[in-house]
Amino acid sequence: MPIIAEYEYLKVKSMEEALKIKSEYGNKAKVIAGGTDLIPLLKENYIRPEILIDLKGLKEIYEIKIKNNFIRIGAGVTFADIIKSKTIKKYFPILWEASMTVASVGVRNRATVAGNICSAVPCADSAGPLLVYNADLIVVSEKGERKIKIEDWFTGPKKTSLNEDEILLFIDIPILKNKNAGCYLKLSRYEGEDLAQGSLTILKTGEEYKIAFGSLGPTPKRAYKTEEYLKGKKINDNVVSHVQKIIVDEISPITDIRATKEYREHMAKVMIKRGIEKTISRYYNGKPKYGEGMIE
Amino acid sequence: MKTHKIKFKLNGETVLAEVKPNEVLIDFLRYKLGVKSPKIGCDRGDCGTCTVIMNGKTVRSCLVLAVEADGSEIITVEGANKNKITQKLQKKLHEKNAFQCGFCAPGMILSATELLTENPKPTKEEIKEAISGNLCRCTGYEPIVQAIEETAKRENGE
Repeated sequence: MPIIAEYEYLKVKSMEEALKIKSEYGNKAKVIAGGTDLIPLLKENYIRPEILIDLKGLKEIYEIKIKNNFIRIGAGVTFADIIKSKTIKKYFPILWEASMTVASVGVRNRATVAGNICSAVPCADSAGPLLVYNADLIVVSEKGERKIKIEDWFTGPKKTSLNEDEILLFIDIPILKNKNAGCYLKLSRYEGEDLAQGSLTILKTGEEYKIAFGSLGPTPKRAYKTEEYLKGKKINDNVVSHVQKIIVDEISPITDIRATKEYREHMAKVMIKRGIEKTISRYYNGKPKYGEGMIE
Repeated sequence: MKTHKIKFKLNGETVLAEVKPNEVLIDFLRYKLGVKSPKIGCDRGDCGTCTVIMNGKTVRSCLVLAVEADGSEIITVEGANKNKITQKLQKKLHEKNAFQCGFCAPGMILSATELLTENPKPTKEEIKEAISGNLCRCTGYEPIVQAIEETAKRENGE
């Protein structure tokens, strides 16, 4: 399918150059890194930019680096890079696990984590892990740099709090000091390509739980009420069945091409139960390993 | 719309061309360069039949702009034949009669080549994961998986 839109293309040599164009063109300038989301949108004529800014020539966007108390992931880091990174697997195994479920190798070799959250679709696989790990997003413009908390990032389906003249440059994730475990559960028809019909991310640190869901509402989101209820509780069947009631109130799924609202609500209950079980098993026994038995 | 001069290596040979920013790599390879092994299937990154190896990694050439290929090294099945692993794999696929229509074959072969290059002893699960983005509608994957497994075994002298 040819691309109908006509636009200019510029592979920038510096971030300053990219920001200058961004401030001049605003939304008419689109940033391209992996292009796995952008190119289908161009083919469908859904977006008609005047210029594409290719960031892939910038060295600074490829780092996965341990800073003082956080780890910095550059805008050019692909899901394949995340999967290969021992640092990510050690510190943020849930992000690692979620990355394994993104499409397939050929897509993961190009698709970036930053691009995934800039596309901001409700099913973005990296969103849940970044939400429970409390990531900070470093965005830049000609005016300077600002930090956006991941929970303030998603403002609607395919919408973010990124301004027209800004570019997402880094994802900073604070390193957890205490023992922790969690899981990413993705409900989809088959492995390899499918987008999530629903996803659930759980992180347990001590007696606290952080929970996020995807594809079960207009944006990826934290489940604060569920978290609050679980805080300090000893997990038993009663607690789990109560959690299943709360989670259904917190989500707002729709019926679409991938699943019905009713199915999603039902599966949210199934996933929260399995997710809690898996998280606790990993927390105390270290099993199952990350990446194993995503959803049975 | 300004055209761009690009220079890249295709199957070991230098290619110089002038492309528009809205040209997609798969169309450029097939219609301008006449390289017909990568196929157009879904044209949106789902089916894997347009797979090419770019700088050592498989990519969906339907999701890459031709202009992005500048400075890169691209390998299609036409050039992968020089690779020993690919040669052995192709022999095994042939023995197993692993393809019927062959539409998925170029993508499958390149995905499996990438896997066997990075991971010479893959498990069956790893093989399935590696080709999970390459859809086959004929032979049901089993002979393809077997061929990859047996290629790995032979590589490791088992």
